[in-house]
Amino acid sequence: MKIIRAVKIAKVVADLCVKANCVLRSDVLRKLKEALRKEKNPRAKNALKAIVENARIAQKEDLAICQDTGLPIVFAELGRDLRIIGDLKQAIIKGVEAGYCKGNFRESIIRDPLKRGRSVYRGAIIHLDVVRGSKLKITLLPRGFGCENKSRLKMFNPTAGFAEIKQFIVDTVREAGADACPPYVVGVGIGGTADYAGLLAKKALLRSGVSSKKTVSVLEKELLFEINKLGIGPMGLGGKATCLKVNIRTFPTHIAGLPVAVNISCHALRSAGATL
Amino acid sequence: MKRIKTPLEEKELAGLEPGDEVLLSGRIYTSRDQAHARMTEAIRKRKGLPIDLRRAVIYYCGPAKAARGKPIGSCGPTTSSRMDAFTPLLLKYGLRGMIGKGGRSQKVSQAIKKYKAVYFLAPAGCGALITRYVKSARPAGYQDLGPESILELEVKDFPLIVAIDTKGRSIYGKA
Repeated sequence: MKIIRAVKIAKVVADLCVKANCVLRSDVLRKLKEALRKEKNPRAKNALKAIVENARIAQKEDLAICQDTGLPIVFAELGRDLRIIGDLKQAIIKGVEAGYCKGNFRESIIRDPLKRGRSVYRGAIIHLDVVRGSKLKITLLPRGFGCENKSRLKMFNPTAGFAEIKQFIVDTVREAGADACPPYVVGVGIGGTADYAGLLAKKALLRSGVSSKKTVSVLEKELLFEINKLGIGPMGLGGKATCLKVNIRTFPTHIAGLPVAVNISCHALRSAGATL
Repeated sequence: MKRIKTPLEEKELAGLEPGDEVLLSGRIYTSRDQAHARMTEAIRKRKGLPIDLRRAVIYYCGPAKAARGKPIGSCGPTTSSRMDAFTPLLLKYGLRGMIGKGGRSQKVSQAIKKYKAVYFLAPAGCGALITRYVKSARPAGYQDLGPESILELEVKDFPLIVAIDTKGRSIYGKA
């Protein structure tokens, strides 16, 4: 049986925190550069130039791409034939704390949502899954709240058509408007339960490529087109690029329902992963 | 490209229109949710404020920590609309410029018009880039709020876009 020590995991998580927050994902950067090439509106072009330049400076000078380094979400897939010496969850939390400290990142998370105040929480939300094999895959997704605040959930009737679902997703982006740093990547979760649809939407943001499901990829393309017709544009100043990409993730659901959750990401969609 | 300096001059502001690109230099103050709530409470209870709001500019920002030898960490704008409920009162007490991202409520637009103030947009989601325009930062109030405390920033040629002008006209169309 393969063995990993918890200290090793903490170190990897710390590095992922710095990488995710300072180095923009290559697939996102590629989409931004593509949007810049296609953009005609001079204001939108300037905004996109600033965004691309920002990513360059952040990587070069070890600065956070955005000051909102967010609430760290950690997805851990633990192989069932792997043994960990020590406490996995503690290791992840220690790693997050060390990484956020090393990166000089902002202390954005407070311990008590009701009392507020300055009691800082240095942990993360951890989603742990047990999978086949003997590896540990860790993915860190820092969630800034400018865009997290624009999340929406709707429990549709099972007989709802594609048109209704699309309308809800497009309306969610319209409501976000210029507030959440467009151009967006729109994560959508369809199926499961109310809470699970939210998680699907978040996980959808991690995908860099195209969906392998035909129905999903067609829906994504149609939504991208519809959303870009809104004309919000980079910084909300008009232009072609309101949305860079729509990522949908689905899961089986009940015959009585159809949960749809939308989790918008700002243009600084950050995540980093490692497999041990 | 117009250049403006703080403290803001009424005349200078009056010449700005939605969509104008400006370079701002001088002292500005960071302030976001909790500092706004606290200043509002202080005004209502007739207590003093940590900063002089007269002709001042507030930047809706909670920066990352500064690395050694640097004045500030990543420092982009936060969503302005969360400060909408507090803004008219601060305008009444002399605030004349706000920097943030996204739209504002109709009440804020009306107050901006009434007090002849201006709302500017900073490059949203570009916190690393904006560090280039910040020459120095020093604590200016409510230090217990950590990243939400008030900082006095000295900025040079901070590139902004006029979003709402002194006549209450908005770059986003109707508020």
